[in-house]
Amino acid sequence: MLDKAIKGSPQYWSWVIFLLALMGVGFGCYLYQWFEGLRITGMSRDVSWGFYIGQLTYFVGVAASGVMVVLPYYLHDYKAFGRITILGEFLAVASIVMCGLFVMVDLGNLPRMLNIMIYPNPTSILFWDMIVLNVYMLLNLVIGWNVLSAERKGVGYQKWVKVLIYISIPWAFSIHTVTAFLYAGLPGRHYWLTAIMAARFLSSAFCSGPALLILLALIVRRFTSFDPGKEQIRTLGGIVAYAMIINVFFFLLEMFTAFYSQIPGHMHSIVYLFRGLDGYDRLVPWMWTAAFFALVALVLLIVPATRRRQDILAVACASVIISTWIDKGFGLVIGGFVPNPFERVFEYWPTVPEIFISVGVWATGFFILTVLYKIVVSIKEEVAVS
Amino acid sequence: MMGMDRRKFLKIAGLSAMMGLGGKAAFELLAPGELEASLKELPLTEGKKWGMVVDMTKMNEAIMDRCIEACHTLHNVPNLGNPKEEIKWIWKETYEHTFPGQHHEYVSEEYHGRNFLLLCNHCTNPPCCRVCPTKATWKRDDGVVMMDQHRCIGCRFCMAACPYGVRSFNWGDPRKAPAALNPGFPTNMDYPTRSKGVVEKCNFCAERIAKGQLPACVEAANSVKPHTLVFGDLDDPTSEPRKSLREHYTIRRKPELGSGPNVYYII
Amino acid sequence: MYDGGKIIVGLIIGLGLLLFPFYYNAGKAAKAPDPQLTPKAKEAKVCVEETEYMRRSHMSLLDTWRHEVVRDGKRYYTASNGKVYYKSLQVTCMDCHSNKSKFCDQCHNYLDVDPYCWDCHIEPKENK
Repeated sequence: MLDKAIKGSPQYWSWVIFLLALMGVGFGCYLYQWFEGLRITGMSRDVSWGFYIGQLTYFVGVAASGVMVVLPYYLHDYKAFGRITILGEFLAVASIVMCGLFVMVDLGNLPRMLNIMIYPNPTSILFWDMIVLNVYMLLNLVIGWNVLSAERKGVGYQKWVKVLIYISIPWAFSIHTVTAFLYAGLPGRHYWLTAIMAARFLSSAFCSGPALLILLALIVRRFTSFDPGKEQIRTLGGIVAYAMIINVFFFLLEMFTAFYSQIPGHMHSIVYLFRGLDGYDRLVPWMWTAAFFALVALVLLIVPATRRRQDILAVACASVIISTWIDKGFGLVIGGFVPNPFERVFEYWPTVPEIFISVGVWATGFFILTVLYKIVVSIKEEVAVS
Repeated sequence: MMGMDRRKFLKIAGLSAMMGLGGKAAFELLAPGELEASLKELPLTEGKKWGMVVDMTKMNEAIMDRCIEACHTLHNVPNLGNPKEEIKWIWKETYEHTFPGQHHEYVSEEYHGRNFLLLCNHCTNPPCCRVCPTKATWKRDDGVVMMDQHRCIGCRFCMAACPYGVRSFNWGDPRKAPAALNPGFPTNMDYPTRSKGVVEKCNFCAERIAKGQLPACVEAANSVKPHTLVFGDLDDPTSEPRKSLREHYTIRRKPELGSGPNVYYII
Repeated sequence: MYDGGKIIVGLIIGLGLLLFPFYYNAGKAAKAPDPQLTPKAKEAKVCVEETEYMRRSHMSLLDTWRHEVVRDGKRYYTASNGKVYYKSLQVTCMDCHSNKSKFCDQCHNYLDVDPYCWDCHIEPKENK
């Protein structure tokens, strides 16, 4: 089926070549980082994780969201989603690849990466994260590939695929819970040390992922002959709406605990992010932008009239993505490190090489997504004709 | 079990402690080969719970500077000249930033703005060891939270987990640190530097305590004013630090977090 | 054959690239490694273990050492002849073999081996 990816329109090829160019630039910048060390990034002794890990966190969420299409179809027999489970599964694959790449570019000593398997430490959440993320990627790849293959041949998929599908549903929840556990168990970082961290991660995943999936579905409809379907997009819109409501609600719960208790450890990071601390306020405009877009998203999603119009839904989804991306892909990680254990503020901002490397990783993810979606679309076309 | 008797051990320990030397140089002081012939292994479980008491009633800026210099020169810790990349195993921090939970508006003049000496606390229940995916940092049986730079993959999870900010990362090659700030680097040819991409921190001078020597900072402090830094086995009720702890009120950094820091401050 | 032209051109380019190292170096003999001992090493007559063993296995010896020293805290090595050594590349090994460029590097360079030990462990200062 892979051959479907090397036959395409000039439009397709120009997009692919554009992505390959971005991947090349990213790789070049990575070589610079390889030789100079991570000092070329904006990370520091006090903010020792930055953009790379923030992006890892965000895309684990996007990957987990595949379950929002799989669960209704396989567990609740919502037949409409049968058309698009493959899109969710392949989005998960591309996302996990990006996660893996973001970890790899963040490691100080990449050649030693396999030490985590040679000398495993079961008390380390990073060890479990590696396992669950890799298994989830394989699950989705195998499931998607086999279901698509069967569809192409006009037969049902094998029984063992169903077993994998059933496993992938709770597994999707687990990947983002484990990722949240990376943060939620660290005694010295009060912004992260909250039981609701995993719940927040899941809720933001389940609005940002399907939101991206809606946008991708609209793009697929626009540029190819495959139409994911009006009902499918409408239902997804409903899922995004509920998840976004829960996501914002959980955030407000955090605000209450922090500001009603008035405990400095709980408040300081939030104050830094939204008002500035000790005169440092670099992230403030960004966080309020996230809040603004969250509000826009909520209004557009809750009002049925706006949610049911696909063009406005697209705007709502973009707002969800912007808002959650800033909050989770950036604010979360930086907020955890500010203030530092000495109650001092040391700010962080990604450097240009750091951003280009990240662009390279995004391009790689979207390249894989493009290739996989191209295969899907080609197969669907083939099946439709026959 | 040991080839030498207790007297000889104390003699060597004392001699090397006085000379403040490391490695083979210390052995050369005695008749060359004598030590090799009789030495089997200094038992690491000499201690079971190494810890330290910092007596702030005796401590002053000059002593702290000597401690920092002794440690950083012995271990080839580079001076990178900026807080973004800095590497420090032991350093000074003001009272309000060392104990932010304790600090208030009406702190006595004596402690307001006063510098304390900070280093890895070699916690009893260290979060850093819990999170390390490769056990590149782990808690030894004798209590030292040790670093294995051969294994570290540079993920920096330990840095996120440490509540005390004692860990530093080599963002670049330490050998490329500005020459002007690091005259004579590497300052100790008998100890390695690190490479870029690994985490480092105080290791309670594991290489020295293995030979029965005191950590470099303790020795440096003692050479100015004895008992400013008191190092010993907290598991042994007759040890020096235990004695200090019995006789003085002490505080630790962020004890409420349950990590069980083993560096105590007499205030 | 089909596409015969393309295949033959491809073969020529491929073989050209593959065999490049050979015809580039044709006629030049690489100098055999010539590790030299320092006076101190000659005087000691024997290394930690015997020469043949060290030639074959010094890398696994050092790997075992670094594990035992750092992770097990066992810093002393009892050689097969009963002598006790302090396990340290910098302090013990390089004390005798302080002429790294004329000793260690001789074989390493010949075999294009680049051990990363020296990223951290400090090479002895040599008067070149």
